[in-house]
Amino acid sequence: MAKSNASALPKVKNTMSWKNSFKRDWQLYLLLAFPVLMVILFSYAAYPGLRMVFMDYKPAKGYDGSAWVGMETFVKIFKDKDFHRALRNSVVFNLLDLLIGFPMPIILALILNELRFQRFKKVSQTVLYLPHFLSWAVIGSVAYTMFRPSTGLANIALMNLGVIKEGIPFLTEKWHWAVSYLLIGVWQTMGWGTIIYLAAITGISGELYEAAMIDGANRWKRMWHITLPGIKGTVVTMLIMNLGRIMGSNLERLTAFENSQVKDFQYQLAVYIYEKGLQNGKFSMSTAVNLFQSLVGVMLVLIADRVAKKLGEEGLL
Amino acid sequence: MAKKNEEVVRGAEMSSPDGSRAISKFRVSDLVMIIFVTVLCATCVVPFLHVAAKSISADSYVIAKNIYFWPKGINFEAYKSIFKDGTLVYAMGYSVLVTVIFTVLGLLVCTCAAYPLSKKRLKGKTFFTFVLMVPMYFTAGIIPSYLLMKDLNLLDNMWVLVWPLIYSPYNMLIMKTFLQSNIPDSLEESAFLDGASNIQILTKIVIPLSKPIIATLALFYAVGRWNSYADNMYYIKTDKLKLVNYKLYQMVASASEAQSATLSEAAAVTSTPEVLQAACIMFVTLPIICLYPFAQKYFVKGAMIGAVKG
Repeated sequence: MAKSNASALPKVKNTMSWKNSFKRDWQLYLLLAFPVLMVILFSYAAYPGLRMVFMDYKPAKGYDGSAWVGMETFVKIFKDKDFHRALRNSVVFNLLDLLIGFPMPIILALILNELRFQRFKKVSQTVLYLPHFLSWAVIGSVAYTMFRPSTGLANIALMNLGVIKEGIPFLTEKWHWAVSYLLIGVWQTMGWGTIIYLAAITGISGELYEAAMIDGANRWKRMWHITLPGIKGTVVTMLIMNLGRIMGSNLERLTAFENSQVKDFQYQLAVYIYEKGLQNGKFSMSTAVNLFQSLVGVMLVLIADRVAKKLGEEGLL
Repeated sequence: MAKKNEEVVRGAEMSSPDGSRAISKFRVSDLVMIIFVTVLCATCVVPFLHVAAKSISADSYVIAKNIYFWPKGINFEAYKSIFKDGTLVYAMGYSVLVTVIFTVLGLLVCTCAAYPLSKKRLKGKTFFTFVLMVPMYFTAGIIPSYLLMKDLNLLDNMWVLVWPLIYSPYNMLIMKTFLQSNIPDSLEESAFLDGASNIQILTKIVIPLSKPIIATLALFYAVGRWNSYADNMYYIKTDKLKLVNYKLYQMVASASEAQSATLSEAAAVTSTPEVLQAACIMFVTLPIICLYPFAQKYFVKGAMIGAVKG
């Protein structure tokens, strides 16, 4: 992102010496010192801690006292059944998330753009953005209120209507849970996700639509041949950014829908890292999985970016 | 900026084929789209109506599963026990405090980073941008961060909820983009020639001109802090230092297992757990729901600038 910005500007060679520019802009460097100090202290200072993936880190012994074990931690992880389960769940659920969750804001944006009544459009946009502003704790607890088998509103309503005899375990049986988890995820992101696409749609020239109208293109044809190609760049960028999240899941989201009956599916890499690490004290294993997760994420973004550029899109980096 | 975009939208709509000729012609597809959007909107509102109704209904109706979207046997016992118990109220006050401190410091750090980096003439700009962007793409992970916080003596400390997240590359990019496109260089150059220092230019010219983006970023920071609690899970054990959303999570997580909310035993006897839980959810959610309609347009503005960068 930063890079593309820098290269977009006309490259002015800064010929001034460091001494002179510091003399002129020392106040700017002073301002910069604050954020730089923050990232060094709280982000960069944690990087050396990554060496524990090659150690058998024991909290009591610290970095100095723990033994170096080379690649042993990784060997242990790739034999670990819990890791296999977490990896499978992460990949499957995140792919499904992408499959269902990614097109939804695009479709919604196209529809919102076509809505005739401005007032209705405004109000519905405001309402649709709401879930984005709620914490997972709130969403999770509201979901339980709605979907508990015996006391959840959805089940009460269905039972009173005589559709079902027994409550559906929306959140307490793993296959039902999988569907609920995914749909609630889509629900949370769909409204807010439209903003980016709506902004892109405003950038499309109105003349194109006029020309299409004269040629007799109907609404769907215009959507397909003008609006969608018009926002293609944005779609590709968003897709690249989302690909990086194939490995990582949101721990808050996962824990908000946690219960003992759905552990089979809920156990994803984020949960593995948290539970193995902070709850069971397996620091090296947890960190190694964490590192694996972020490296795969970065790699996926880089590959997706390369592919996008090959296909003639702008890409991200 | 948003206004301009709206005009563009409206302009596009006017000149759009249906707009000019057939604006009065209401098609089936219009109806389908309106129904679709209405249903989606309903899914965003209905659950909260239900929880709100439940939270002020009488126990007997709730036990009889008779509450939909309208409260029956209205009473505020559950809210009273929340206030009598006091833990959630305390957590709420504490969360407000943390959020305010976080927002103020966050804006400060953000400005300190964005203003210098918005200057083309700054030597070493690429280097500093790189240094400040890397953490967005690569973090060391939970355990190394946890040990770092331990070394910094920040575990079980209010400030661990403030300092580590205070610098946000994303917000910095938004502000930098705004400054680059909205503050003309000539304005600063003339001030510079008049002998103003960089910091004077920042405080006297740039900040007053950046009020809209500062409002937007303040909301980003505030809502971000208010809603997230993962760091709370990692770094904080003491009950008094937990944010209100984390408290709610713990209550509901334990309730979904044991079927009972746990404010404290004394409070729990006055209302059935379900009513009490609904009241707790509303108590935590209300500040956001009240603030949200007013704050929303600032958010959209910020997200649009972010999107341009995207």
